[in-house]
Amino acid sequence: MNLTLKVWRQQDAKAAGKFVSYQVQNVTPDMSFLEMLDLLNENLQTKGEAPVVFEHDCREGICGSCGFLINGVAHGGHRGTTVCQLSMRFFKDGDSLTLEPWRAKAFPVLRDLAVDRSAFDRIIQAGGFISAPTGGAPDANAILVPKNDAERAFDAAACIGCGACVAACPNAAAMLFTSAKITHLNSLPQGQPQRDQRTLDMVAAMTEEDFGSCTNHGECEAVCPKEIPIEFIGRMNRDLIHATLHRRGE
Amino acid sequence: MTESAVATKAAPNRLLALWSSVIGKKVVMALTGAVLVLFVIAHMVGNLKIFSGPVEINAYSRFLREVGYPELGYGQLLWIVRIVLLICAVLHITAATQLTVMNRKARPIGYESKKDVETTWGALTMRWGGVLLAVFIVFHLFHFTAGMVGFQPGQFEHLMVYQNVVAGFSVVSIALFYILAMCALCLHLDHGIWSALQTLGWVTTDNTKSLRIISRLIAIVIFAGFISVPISVLAGWVR
Ligand code: HEM
Ligand code: SF4
Ligand code: FES
Repeated sequence: MNLTLKVWRQQDAKAAGKFVSYQVQNVTPDMSFLEMLDLLNENLQTKGEAPVVFEHDCREGICGSCGFLINGVAHGGHRGTTVCQLSMRFFKDGDSLTLEPWRAKAFPVLRDLAVDRSAFDRIIQAGGFISAPTGGAPDANAILVPKNDAERAFDAAACIGCGACVAACPNAAAMLFTSAKITHLNSLPQGQPQRDQRTLDMVAAMTEEDFGSCTNHGECEAVCPKEIPIEFIGRMNRDLIHATLHRRGE
Repeated sequence: MTESAVATKAAPNRLLALWSSVIGKKVVMALTGAVLVLFVIAHMVGNLKIFSGPVEINAYSRFLREVGYPELGYGQLLWIVRIVLLICAVLHITAATQLTVMNRKARPIGYESKKDVETTWGALTMRWGGVLLAVFIVFHLFHFTAGMVGFQPGQFEHLMVYQNVVAGFSVVSIALFYILAMCALCLHLDHGIWSALQTLGWVTTDNTKSLRIISRLIAIVIFAGFISVPISVLAGWVR
């Protein structure tokens, strides 16, 4: 099949960008979306033009590197699917696709479709960890974890930090990401000692990074490739209220 | 100092700390919104007394001022309620404005192709619908509470609710404005009630569908209850 791509091209963070149209020929249904872009880039390079920059690594939906909007929907609009997992069999000959990078103050465009997501790393650094003393390794399963808590922590830990939630949010809020990270550790016994501090610090970091805040539109949940539920945002809010009002004076 | 003494002493700072966080402001919106919703329900139910005739509803108007006697003087409870509502409205609007300004800044360069996949009409109209409600509330107070706009001189009479409503809604443009504002309220609450529950952490993946339906039902009942009055006056059923 043949496709028309309208791609955002931008030299670097400071340059003004613009959409450029390309034709991609001989796309086969068994290609992935990124393989289709590889094809485009080979053609561009043959012609001596700069390839379209996009981020990718695992190409199997687990690393969180890839992601951009396809026709206005982050990761292309197939529930629970990253761009790298998206198959070209969902598209048909003659389709015209617009590719646009994540847009948020906290995610400046680096080049073309690649944005700087280090703001997420700083939110993690603020509290997305547990402090463990060194020494002999503790017995595995020495700490019992109730089944529901383990399940919830596991669901939350599925977040790959791709940033689609921020991209899709009308307020460029990072609440789904932050709530997934907070819920992951706050659900487990190992996360309890730092629970209040973690919640306060990560929410503060999120705000400092110029992300917006939630208006409960649910756009994030709809595009999240790991189907993180907005229920976790409600949990984070509760944890924050608790941490703010009940924390013992130091 | 005991633990609880520390807690009490630090309390105002903690409330301030909550207000200064984006989540805290949203929680304030949910709680003040809930108070306003409860008021709106009570108000709507009270309005329906107009269908029992002038004697009933005018008596109800006096009852609202006399209730609580002798512990409370004439109109005192009414004023307490008014002050609580005013505080809630001010907090709600202040938080909404501050968060909106912050959220606009979070995406300085917008999308060209972005599509909404999940959001609702109600959610999309919260801000402008809210502004319309604010305008409406001010107008409404000058209209039926103070009788300063929308009436011929001498037409409005304090405590004569039935006669005032019939006269007020006989002006077609005003009746239509009330109906329009109630459309905005219906949309605001369709999203707002569910949204407040989500903000406060009551919504789960399992119950979200039911809570959305309940939220919509409450919004529609409130809408129907309120507009029944201007419609009945326009249609000549209440006169
Ligand atoms: C008067 C001007 C008003 C403005 C400017 C306003 C604005 C807003 C905005 C921007 C939101 C946030 C929507 C969201 O993030 O989900 C909101 C939520 C809400 N509003 Fe209003 N509103 C107003 C009046 C009212 C009134 C009269 C009521 C009650 C009848 C009300 C009840 C609610 C509720 C329950 C919420 C949900 C809070 C939450 O999401 O946690 N609002 N309002
Ligand atoms: S919550 Fe979902 S959309 Fe957001 S960063 Fe994590 S995996 Fe990506
Ligand atoms: S490239 Fe790793 S998730 Fe897409």
